[in-house]
Amino acid sequence: MSTQKELVNLTIDGIAVTVPAGTTILEAARRANVNIPTLCDHPDLGRRAVCRLCVVECNGGRKLKAACANEVWEGANVVTDNPRIRQIRRTILELILADHPKDCLSCVRNGSCELQALAERFGIRKHVFKVGIPAQEPLLHSGTLVRQMSKCVKCGRCIAACREVQQVHAINSVSRSLSYALGTPYNTMLGDGTCTFCGRCASVCPVGAIYENDQVNDIFDILADPENHVVVQTAPAVRVALGEAFGLPAGSISTGKMVAALKRLGFSKVFDTDFAADLTIMEEGHEFLDRLKNDGKLPMITSCCPGWINFAETFFPDLLDHLSSCKSPQQMFGAVAKTYYAEKLGIAREKIRVVSIMPCTAKKFERARPEMKENNDPDVDFVLTTRELARMLKAAGIEMNNLPEAEFDRIMGESTGAGVIFGASGGVMEAALRTVYEVVTGAELPSLDFEDLRGYHGVKYSKVELPGRTVKLAVVNSLGNARALMQDLRAGKTDVDFIEVMACPGGCVGGAGQPYGSSAKVKERIKGIYIEDKNLPLRKSHQNSEVQTLYREFLGEPLSERAHHLLHTHYHPRHK
Amino acid sequence: MQKISGDNFISEIVQKHNNDPQQLTSILHDVQEASGQNYVAEPWARQIAELLQTPISHVYEVLTFYSMFSTEPKGKVLIEICNSAPCRFNRSHELLAWCKEELGIGVGEITPDGEFGIAYTSCVGACDVSPSLKIGEDVYGNLNRSKLTQLINSFRENRPELREPLICQN
Repeated sequence: MSTQKELVNLTIDGIAVTVPAGTTILEAARRANVNIPTLCDHPDLGRRAVCRLCVVECNGGRKLKAACANEVWEGANVVTDNPRIRQIRRTILELILADHPKDCLSCVRNGSCELQALAERFGIRKHVFKVGIPAQEPLLHSGTLVRQMSKCVKCGRCIAACREVQQVHAINSVSRSLSYALGTPYNTMLGDGTCTFCGRCASVCPVGAIYENDQVNDIFDILADPENHVVVQTAPAVRVALGEAFGLPAGSISTGKMVAALKRLGFSKVFDTDFAADLTIMEEGHEFLDRLKNDGKLPMITSCCPGWINFAETFFPDLLDHLSSCKSPQQMFGAVAKTYYAEKLGIAREKIRVVSIMPCTAKKFERARPEMKENNDPDVDFVLTTRELARMLKAAGIEMNNLPEAEFDRIMGESTGAGVIFGASGGVMEAALRTVYEVVTGAELPSLDFEDLRGYHGVKYSKVELPGRTVKLAVVNSLGNARALMQDLRAGKTDVDFIEVMACPGGCVGGAGQPYGSSAKVKERIKGIYIEDKNLPLRKSHQNSEVQTLYREFLGEPLSERAHHLLHTHYHPRHK
Repeated sequence: MQKISGDNFISEIVQKHNNDPQQLTSILHDVQEASGQNYVAEPWARQIAELLQTPISHVYEVLTFYSMFSTEPKGKVLIEICNSAPCRFNRSHELLAWCKEELGIGVGEITPDGEFGIAYTSCVGACDVSPSLKIGEDVYGNLNRSKLTQLINSFRENRPELREPLICQN
């Protein structure tokens, strides 16, 4: 059997095109530089063909086909644009706009809305259909996601992401015809269902119907209060995506400029979550070795990803003892900032405000968990997504691209390459191996690059030789892939010792708090992450001198009593 | 229509359908019929989802998609008045007005004792004897004021012999 796909010849608007069989008309048209308008289509989700904006004429027939859902065939003659098609598309758009609240000026998606862009493309200058629009207040779910369903265009992307990619099944369509809507079972709040707050729904929503809880103004407020000592930490995935909001290509590395911009915003200290990632590796690596040595529960599964934790607590409560007890880097950072750092600088805990910049919506949920507080004071006070930081910088008039690069502050700003690669699928595992191998063998790794574990691909396996033992590894990203692996684990069908799970496709770089876009951008960000890793002088967590100092002066050694109190956590079965 | 037979009635029905998620609509039909109030309550839907190991979002989606299913009580005897054009032409609105007079409730409402409910239905294929209505599985046609009273009374007094449902011939 040949893997080479058969080629198909067709014409699109008179242009001859040759594409592999199975290509959609939409995709073939793009190759001919014909941009067919779409709304419901998303390159990372299955074909739905509900909006009908992409209709085209084929072989002179009157019947229109949806370009997003129909594949090319030999000899097809496709017309994508003529007065009839234009008029039909215009009417479809006007019908979609009919009951859409046209409050673009006060919408979170103003400037990034796909419906707004279509209205602009079609030159909509007045609204033909005038119908009443039911007033609907935005609903805040668990302090994390906001749903304002009066803005919903019923494209179904959110459900496809939740159901097909993540297999979380938290949202569904409701009723049909005029009362058709996208919602939750029995209109419950997301936190009362199976939602993991991974935010995939928000990341694919073309309009302002589902979005992150925007806390930009809260940060401006705490920065303006001189009583506060506000520190900020930035996750590794942010630095390879933030530039997109300022016109740079995906994967551009903006670390130094981002730090400079955060300093301009007025943060007292700009720290790096990578420092805490290195700390996580010290704890998690030693936890893994401890489990190996003392017949602990294997496989051990990483616990850095809050969407994954919520998923495991909901769907696999019987397997929670496989999860590493380590807090995520964000939470380790918060715990250390409000103890070690506070002590060292002689600042009272209650004056310190910790802000995180994360590629993730679930981090907002994680920071509010009861386990992540000390005497009811959260270790992390606010989480902003990459998108929110971009908005904040724009609001403050900071031209990030033009700033001279700055460096992270001491004593929680040093980063190794191992900390950086936490931002991509496979990175936590690779970082752990770089340290575990050297702790166990006392020898240097022949190569620091575990290529098998890298990349956007959803399921990756590898192994590494430790003295007297082959350690088998599995890396999965997206919760759908995690579900399959966990079901195998439950059925006793897995043969691995160490599993890394990240909820978002591609890892944190593909997080739901990142600038909008598809997997094409995520793949570029992954490249950026490994370039950043290669460029750093230190690439192994245990070489991080600030982490070494932290252990020497404060924590003692990995897994010490104090480390356990500050850096480890526990999990609870969640009722679904 | 049978009354709910106890706490186990959901699992009995699901078992009757071999715990097969593919039979979800049949299960929901049976549960709705067994409810005595022509509906599927939320706890029952959740129990069905759990027994079938299928997400509640899926069960809820199916339940709200089909207009024959209801998530709210609809009354023990649900009178479904045909709302399609032929019945309209033959004065189905009078049929509705008479039902309102008899029962004191409108479309989408149920009597305080939960015995009767009124709803609209799409065409039931009895245009030749319009205006028509449907109660349970039976269709009644050629209705006038006195025939309607007799029909409603037959349910009030539990006297099926007074009813003249159409016999389906095919």
